[in-house]
Amino acid sequence: MDLNRNRKIFLVAVTAIITIGLVIAYPYLIPAEPEREITINGAGASFPFPLVDKWIAEYNKVKKNVKINYQSIGSGGGIRQHTEKTVYFAASDAPLTPSQAANASNTLHIPFTIGGVAIIYNLPGVPKDIKFSGEILVDIFMGKISKWNDPKLVELNPNVNLPDKDIIVVHRSDGSGTTFVFTSYLSEVSEEWKANIGRGTVVNWPVGLGGKGNEGVAGLVSQNPYSVGYVEFIYAKKNNIAWGYLKNAAGSFVEPSLDSFRAAAAVAAVTLPKGYESWAEVSIIRDVVRNTQAVDAYPITSFSYFLVYKELNVLPNMDEYTARQLVEFLWWTIHDGQNYSAELDYVPLPSNVVARNEETIRMITFNGKQLKG
Amino acid sequence: MMDNYRIRKIKDRLMRILVWSSLIIAMIPLFSILLDVFVNGARAIDMDFFLLPTPTVGEKGGIANAIQGTLITLGLASIIGVPIGIMSGIFLSEYHDSKLSQPVRFINDVLSGFPSIVVGIFGYVLIVSVIGFSVIAAAFSLAIIMIPIVTRTTEESLRMVPVAIREAALALGIRRWKTIIFIVLKGARKGVITGILLALARIAGESAPVLVTMGYWRWWFSGLNRPASNIALNIYLFAISPFENWRTLAWGSALFLILMILGISILVRVLTRGKYEW
Amino acid sequence: MKSKTSFSKIVYLKAKIEGDEIFRLVSALFALATILLVGLMVYELTRGSWLSLQKFGLWFIMGTSWDPVFTLNFGALPLILGTLTTSAIALAMGVPISIGIGLLLSEYIPKRLGFFVSFMVELLAAIPSVIYGLWGIFVLIPFLRNNVYPYIQAVLGSLPLFSGPIYGGGVLTAGIVLAIMIIPIISSVSRDVLSAVPHSQREAVISLGATKWETCKIVMSYAKPGVIGAIILGLGRAIGETMAVTMLIGNKFKVLPSSFFDAWYTMAAIIANEFTEATSDVYVSALIHVGLTLFLISLIVNVIARLIVWRTLRLVKGVSRG
Repeated sequence: MDLNRNRKIFLVAVTAIITIGLVIAYPYLIPAEPEREITINGAGASFPFPLVDKWIAEYNKVKKNVKINYQSIGSGGGIRQHTEKTVYFAASDAPLTPSQAANASNTLHIPFTIGGVAIIYNLPGVPKDIKFSGEILVDIFMGKISKWNDPKLVELNPNVNLPDKDIIVVHRSDGSGTTFVFTSYLSEVSEEWKANIGRGTVVNWPVGLGGKGNEGVAGLVSQNPYSVGYVEFIYAKKNNIAWGYLKNAAGSFVEPSLDSFRAAAAVAAVTLPKGYESWAEVSIIRDVVRNTQAVDAYPITSFSYFLVYKELNVLPNMDEYTARQLVEFLWWTIHDGQNYSAELDYVPLPSNVVARNEETIRMITFNGKQLKG
Repeated sequence: MMDNYRIRKIKDRLMRILVWSSLIIAMIPLFSILLDVFVNGARAIDMDFFLLPTPTVGEKGGIANAIQGTLITLGLASIIGVPIGIMSGIFLSEYHDSKLSQPVRFINDVLSGFPSIVVGIFGYVLIVSVIGFSVIAAAFSLAIIMIPIVTRTTEESLRMVPVAIREAALALGIRRWKTIIFIVLKGARKGVITGILLALARIAGESAPVLVTMGYWRWWFSGLNRPASNIALNIYLFAISPFENWRTLAWGSALFLILMILGISILVRVLTRGKYEW
Repeated sequence: MKSKTSFSKIVYLKAKIEGDEIFRLVSALFALATILLVGLMVYELTRGSWLSLQKFGLWFIMGTSWDPVFTLNFGALPLILGTLTTSAIALAMGVPISIGIGLLLSEYIPKRLGFFVSFMVELLAAIPSVIYGLWGIFVLIPFLRNNVYPYIQAVLGSLPLFSGPIYGGGVLTAGIVLAIMIIPIISSVSRDVLSAVPHSQREAVISLGATKWETCKIVMSYAKPGVIGAIILGLGRAIGETMAVTMLIGNKFKVLPSSFFDAWYTMAAIIANEFTEATSDVYVSALIHVGLTLFLISLIVNVIARLIVWRTLRLVKGVSRG
């Protein structure tokens, strides 16, 4: 009697172990790749995360043995990991400041996409077309405008029934390139903002709630009526959150879209620095804010950059084969990868930027040996 | 006198209602959570959910790699934590006359109260700074969380074994250590297994230490010195993402996790029903 | 009792046998490992905090700025206050409910039903923190924002603590979820402590004609230190809670929130939010320093709690034999 029970327990245990073993081994039972499998770690901005993730999946179909892992931890985190060499490449919406560049010498900037920051809001019962201006945004995020039916907002939106409710401001709680882009815009538009709060991946927000990542801000705004925040455009589109129209230097009200970002990028100065030079002063925003002719341009538009070392042997555990695969991936992103941009509402790179990037990628070496001819 | 009695009776009845209401109040969030997870998660569960790995934007996918990664991480954590836990439990129960017992028991209680994020930072400072974000770092942190649970239940189960058993073995001339391993421990195995299961259920749901020692991983398991996909962490990262397919996965994972933990809790209860019979 | 002492004597004599010595040593080593682990933890946390300790010293816990951009000044006072406030709210709401359940399980409920009920309460403990956070975001916050907070504000709005914009999350919401999360531990330890009270006490009072509630009062006063210990254990749990809090509290570093409905920050939440993204060595060190502070506070609380609970259980059990 006891023997039978023991036998049953034994069988159950054995079955459990075999099942678990099968689950763990499952992917290894799929025929192995002929080429050596490598993993490449990257980290950084959540701004371009949807695009980078798409690229990773698509590139894996092209080169099945190359597995890239990208952690969306914010531009600040990406810059730090790049500086500490714990990743092979980083992504950031903010170019390195001179002091950051000093800590991570020989970093190459490779702009890989262009995106825009949308102003999102949640007003129950109000249609999707609220108009904002730069000055109004500055005042809202400074706390000077605290109610939705403030005269300045009503002035811009005469046909809308703005409620007499407090504005709930939402910003990023983590180190973010999206914040950098948005605060760059606010700094360009307002001397007061520039002097007191400035631009950066993290700033001392006078008012508001902190959300983590673009996802966090999108989540907070969509869940809280009467809130306003800023996110990379695709997060607004996918979450079905209302976004506002922004007044540009030409005086027209433009909504974020592929076309308005493209128009902004077209306005940006044609002279871009070389890959190894400082990109700290590159700003599509500044060019658009000063251009009174660009009728269709959306002001809060920016590059996203890959940050990668010129000489890859500084990275631990790096070898020539892996280095070559990394370079091939980067090359792919600025060419074939751009075909996936439009469907996710990122602007494909203009040809002059692609040309500059090709130059830059050709500079990457391993042990002095050029990796892309 | 009658009035005084009536007041006391009313008070008694009132308190009875209050005491029962406190249970009902506590049960409301429980049922709300379970309902919420079931309703939202059920939508996500289909064959693909179990067979496919993490998808990218707009694609269909599942948690297959998360299940694999979580099992491996939990397995490694158990390999580290269970032996330490059982041996500590044995020490506390069988050698309770040692001067070391008091401090060890104290430390064990203290260990069980640690915030999991602090355990995660410890894992980061010790291991991630050397090896990088990895399964090893996460498993190490999770093992630390497991140890006090296993120790406590092992000690309790061993103590339940009557002294007479040990004496009988000794009378037969069996060595002490053999007695402990083959007789006492064997007799307490239900309780010990319960402890291991409880510890597993606990760490399966831990996302804070995993966040700082491993981070997000979208592929299949690729080595112990790399991160692996983790169910609890993915729930946290995907649930508030703007992409429908990820959000669905998050809820499905939450349902899967809750069912797993529920299953273990019920199993534990069934196993310990004979606890008081010997 | 007697058999145990003679057992120990026999063991002492036979302890000379080698295999036993080795095994005892081995198991002692494993047990020792846990002590070393805790020591290593303190060491590593201190080492990681070194930069921050050098720059801010012990004034770190009094500091009120958190500026990773310009001045790189960090201070943990608002975080400590946030942690203590949310925990206090959790205790205020959770303790009455937990004691009620503890009493229920030990005094009121029949055995079989009690088995089932304590299982249900344990389920509350088994739910992972991240799922509490999810439920908080999608169910609790809208519910509180639409159906509860406006009424509270209507009644108490004149007090500064209850004025200001309501967005649904914030200090009070985090406190509420924490209250739910600490119910299992407080109620189960209370139940243990209350059940340990010898029946002789109950019998004595009942024979004098006490009602059920009056009996409970006597039992509780007997086990009071133990119940207090249970409460402090719950406090310890609330202090360390991470995921659920960070998903609901708003994550805003400020010295004081403007009201219960406002956003704030706790020690555990800031670490979870900012650790993987901290951009400078001092920043990372400051976060580890916060971790060290959290560790120490939680250690003190847990030690006090355990001491009280142990003493009570031993006291109560000791008397029952007399």
